[in-house]
Amino acid sequence: MWLYFLFGRGAVRHRTRSGAGSPLRSGRPAGLHTDGLQAAAMTKNCHNDYKMKFSVDEEYPDLSQHNNHMAKVLTKEIYGKLRGKSTPSGFTLDDVIQTGVDNPGHPFIMTVGCVAGDEESYEVFKDLLDPIISDRHGGYKPTDKHKTDLNFENLKGGDDLDPNYVLSSRVRTGRSIKGFTLPPHNSRGERRGIEKLSIEALSSLDGEFKGKYYPLNGMTDAEQEQLIADHFLFDKPVSPLLTCSGMARDWPDGRGIWHNDNKTFLVWVNEEDHLRVISMQKGGNMKEVFRRFCVGLQKIEEIFKKHNHGFMWNEHLGYILTCPSNLGTGLRGGVHVKLPKLSTHPKFEEILTRLRLQKRGTGGVDTASVGGVFDISNADRLGSSEVDQVQLVVDGVKLMVEMEKKLEKGESIDGMIPAQK
Amino acid sequence: MSETVAVSETEDVLERASTTMSDKVENICHAMAQLTLREWSAEDEFPDLSQHNNLMAKHLTTDMYSRLRKRVTPTGFTLDRVIQPGVDNPGHPFIMTVGCVAGDEETYEVFKELLDPVIEDRHGGYKPSDKHKTDLNPDNLKGGDDLDPNYVLSSRVRTGRSIRGFCLPPHCSRGERRMVEKLSNEALDSLTGDLKGKYYALKNMTDAEQQQLIDDHFLFDKPVSPLLLASGMARDWPDARGIWHNDNKTFLVWVNEEDHLRVISMQKGGNMKEVFNRFCTGLTKIESLFKEKGHEFMWNEHLGYVLTCPSNLGTGLRAGVHMKLPNMSKHAKFEEVLKRLRLQKRGTGGVDTAAVGGVFDISNADRLGFSEVELVQMVVDGVKLLTEMEKRLEKGQSIDDLIPAQK
Repeated sequence: MWLYFLFGRGAVRHRTRSGAGSPLRSGRPAGLHTDGLQAAAMTKNCHNDYKMKFSVDEEYPDLSQHNNHMAKVLTKEIYGKLRGKSTPSGFTLDDVIQTGVDNPGHPFIMTVGCVAGDEESYEVFKDLLDPIISDRHGGYKPTDKHKTDLNFENLKGGDDLDPNYVLSSRVRTGRSIKGFTLPPHNSRGERRGIEKLSIEALSSLDGEFKGKYYPLNGMTDAEQEQLIADHFLFDKPVSPLLTCSGMARDWPDGRGIWHNDNKTFLVWVNEEDHLRVISMQKGGNMKEVFRRFCVGLQKIEEIFKKHNHGFMWNEHLGYILTCPSNLGTGLRGGVHVKLPKLSTHPKFEEILTRLRLQKRGTGGVDTASVGGVFDISNADRLGSSEVDQVQLVVDGVKLMVEMEKKLEKGESIDGMIPAQK
Repeated sequence: MSETVAVSETEDVLERASTTMSDKVENICHAMAQLTLREWSAEDEFPDLSQHNNLMAKHLTTDMYSRLRKRVTPTGFTLDRVIQPGVDNPGHPFIMTVGCVAGDEETYEVFKELLDPVIEDRHGGYKPSDKHKTDLNPDNLKGGDDLDPNYVLSSRVRTGRSIRGFCLPPHCSRGERRMVEKLSNEALDSLTGDLKGKYYALKNMTDAEQQQLIDDHFLFDKPVSPLLLASGMARDWPDARGIWHNDNKTFLVWVNEEDHLRVISMQKGGNMKEVFNRFCTGLTKIESLFKEKGHEFMWNEHLGYVLTCPSNLGTGLRAGVHMKLPNMSKHAKFEEVLKRLRLQKRGTGGVDTAAVGGVFDISNADRLGFSEVELVQMVVDGVKLLTEMEKRLEKGQSIDDLIPAQK
């Protein structure tokens, strides 16, 4: 299952007679064909092998200005242990950490600083990724098991969040298709294969899920305008956190947006993950949003399984995605809710922490709130199920709306402050 | 791989041993290339170049792709890496970018099927069998010390150099880049006299140093152009990048930007001869210092100096002036005159900028197939002529008799 090959120094030594540090002689014919090799046994990454000629000290990144999870966890010992390894598809430690090396981070925001190139990355580089996962996901241990629960009937309530306060409800997650490498690493052929499979799967949906695919390449101006007006269109990433990982290569080839006719179920193909699945609608009926989310996801999964390409999942990490921060459920369930009074209350942050929720501006991550309207969503991804996380949102938002109403009437909310969930 | 190779001290046995070992490395590289090949066909992988206007897109065919995707250089640079900048940057209807880069010296050999036509197209029909001559003897330049300073505000010559045995910026590791920086520092530290200077590493520059370098127009920053970023040359920024300049501020070296070294000689006014003298002296000195330590620059008799971008092969040289041509630049024959003189114009901010106040950057258009002396001679002669034309137009006189023949 988890195939990887250990390569230490000296497996193939290339002798040189030029000065120190120049391992190749020049001007000789190179790149000749050779046939008859045991390709299956030769999963060496020859660039990585070439780099092994330099010592750990010479290659170790300068992380002195850095504040991200990768920089916090990586040491020369770990680097030395993992640098010779390569996943079967050729992803290496330098590939995993490149985005964290290139983006020192922010004093206040702790980014992850590493990505997976394939499912095996989480196994081959576990010495680095396990501590990062633990740090990012509240102490989650390498022996812990993650539970998946996409049975929407297990959600209690959630159909009656007050629409005077809750403007819209949304649940999103990501999925990776087994047998393909992930966006930082995949080739054009793979990406197109993913797109093709996704279109087949999505085209077979019917009823409330019946919809259409809009490839980014070849969209008409009218279609583009409509998708922008619907707030569905995603564009080529500009954030260096994403571009440094290599996920934007060959843009917009193999990328597209699918949505149902009702515009309540949307799938992004080949953006940061193979698939991003989004269920949303105006108002506060989170139960309906979650129902559609679970039903749609499960229908899609069945179709992929029939083609022998299920989703990447295991009982320790749950759903496998490109960024370690999205492991587990990969789920962000949230609402846009008016909290002009509560948001200025001194205990607002504390309440959110205790409810295991986080706030964002209405433009999404790293944006500011406008007009007292906040995006409130679950903070956790790994170690609790989909139902658990959406339940936290439903219960938490209900409580916060009650608090907002009390504050409107000039009453105290001290008796309502919750215990830590 | 169960073979072992006996090690001996004699030179020819070492020679045979290293050939076998390097063949082994090549075998392994090809195995790796084969592994990814087996699942997806050339057709599955061929990039969509329908919206593209660059030299790579012009010359790459599916047949070529299918042959070249089976190859890889000994350091692991593949065809997909060569073409990635051109795939990611469709280009501009008016400006023909190159759209491909080299990751190491061997790229130009392993992928010659693609790069030879790109080179021929970019460098005026330069054929795979052509030889390039290098001439860094400044005594061979005639004149050039008297360009009219009323018109010529400044003179500058730049080129690039790659250190043999190291991968190029799109592909080099941190260890290699740091070694390039270390070797460059050792060489530059030994310069004396007019060339004596100091190195400023980008990553631990003080604020005061940074401000001074900005004021001197020396500081280079992390590239933002997607043409450069898509190649991978900005990885690990600002690790092992820096600027060296002499105390007089007339000789400057950039370390590990788009090439291992970019060497620049410049000064105010029109004494291009002096600028070129210093350029040649400095470059030759640096080259001999590298050689003393057992390192040479990447060079061969077909492509001249080997650099990251195919557009910079040959001399890698751009020699130019900032000059005032408010009248000439409005003349109907301006473009034609430049073309015949084998010169190009840019704005005073460099490539892809606009001219300000009638001041243009005028430089040689060619890089490969002409020597350094020949290219600087074209600039010197051409600028002299343009100055004459400007003076005539100022007086309201015609320049028709001055229009040159195609050089």
